[in-house]
Amino acid sequence: MTFINYASREINCKIVYYGPGLCGKTTNLQYIYDSTAPQAKGKLISLATETDRTLFFDFMPLELGTVRGFKTRFHLYTVPGQVYYDASRKLILKGVDGVVFVADSQEERMDANIESLYNLEENLQTQGYDLLKIPYVLQLNKRDLPNVIPSDELTAELQRKGEPVFEATASQGVGVFDTLKAVAKQVLTELRKG
Amino acid sequence: MVETTIIIHEQQFQRIKNVLARLCVECAARVVFLVDRDGQPIAFHGDIGDMDTTSFSSLAAGNVAATTSMAKLIGEDVFPAVVHEGERESIFISVIGRSLLVVVFDERSTLGLVKLRTKKASHEVASILEAIQNDSANERLDANSFFAEITDEDIDSLFS
Repeated sequence: MTFINYASREINCKIVYYGPGLCGKTTNLQYIYDSTAPQAKGKLISLATETDRTLFFDFMPLELGTVRGFKTRFHLYTVPGQVYYDASRKLILKGVDGVVFVADSQEERMDANIESLYNLEENLQTQGYDLLKIPYVLQLNKRDLPNVIPSDELTAELQRKGEPVFEATASQGVGVFDTLKAVAKQVLTELRKG
Repeated sequence: MVETTIIIHEQQFQRIKNVLARLCVECAARVVFLVDRDGQPIAFHGDIGDMDTTSFSSLAAGNVAATTSMAKLIGEDVFPAVVHEGERESIFISVIGRSLLVVVFDERSTLGLVKLRTKKASHEVASILEAIQNDSANERLDANSFFAEITDEDIDSLFS
């Protein structure tokens, strides 16, 4: 849910990165964090296990600049991808303004992608949202690996509503900002509609 | 989207700030925050030092979200308050509808005092938030809203 504060002239929006375990959600955030100027970002908070798997969420606030004198701040969250953390995923989707689905392009992760996408739709519905109506972007990650499914096949399988699709190698930053821009743009466009 | 965009105007923001400022003094607190349950910081008053208030708000909301889910698992609807007691600094979180009043205090205050004063302030905050929510819902219907004037160029300029 977007927050607009006329007193501090700020717009705050929430974007959630969703996807199966080890698909690269945290890596997306880490890259954004590492490549953003210090004044434009807050801390990157990771609630992770000792083995660096996301336990509850990762979070970073990012300031993109001003629109008509209003500072736009995006609150970026990731969910834990592992199947048994579903309760946490539901909580993080509360108040979401836009979703990025990070798909793992490797052949052996196809089932996990489908299961996670289904889980996203279901959890959005639980919160009263419809995937077909909210700002949404699909990212095909790990394109640098040898055993990847061709992009068009992955897109045919995972694209839900003609949403923008980006190929990415998040560990090297490829496609990371394109994905973020696309979803942020949709969120602001939605805001304009009122 | 399911929920209305929340729009806070200058006057409402000032009213919230006034309540927080008074609560901060009455509790002898270090800092007092008002946070949306989805993790958006609304306002704060007090000594934040170099604290990252945005991250703090997000974690406070995550904390309450987790404890609320725990409450449901044991048959409670919600824990109306959450307390964390540290060696020097402590945190008291009061749940007010879809917002959280968060008080950070140290040995200059006591949990009892914080609870008492926060309860009183909660009612005031609740009524301001209700007004904000009602106004936001009406404003959404306003076709002349400021945000309707945002152009594609405005949005593109953010990413240039």
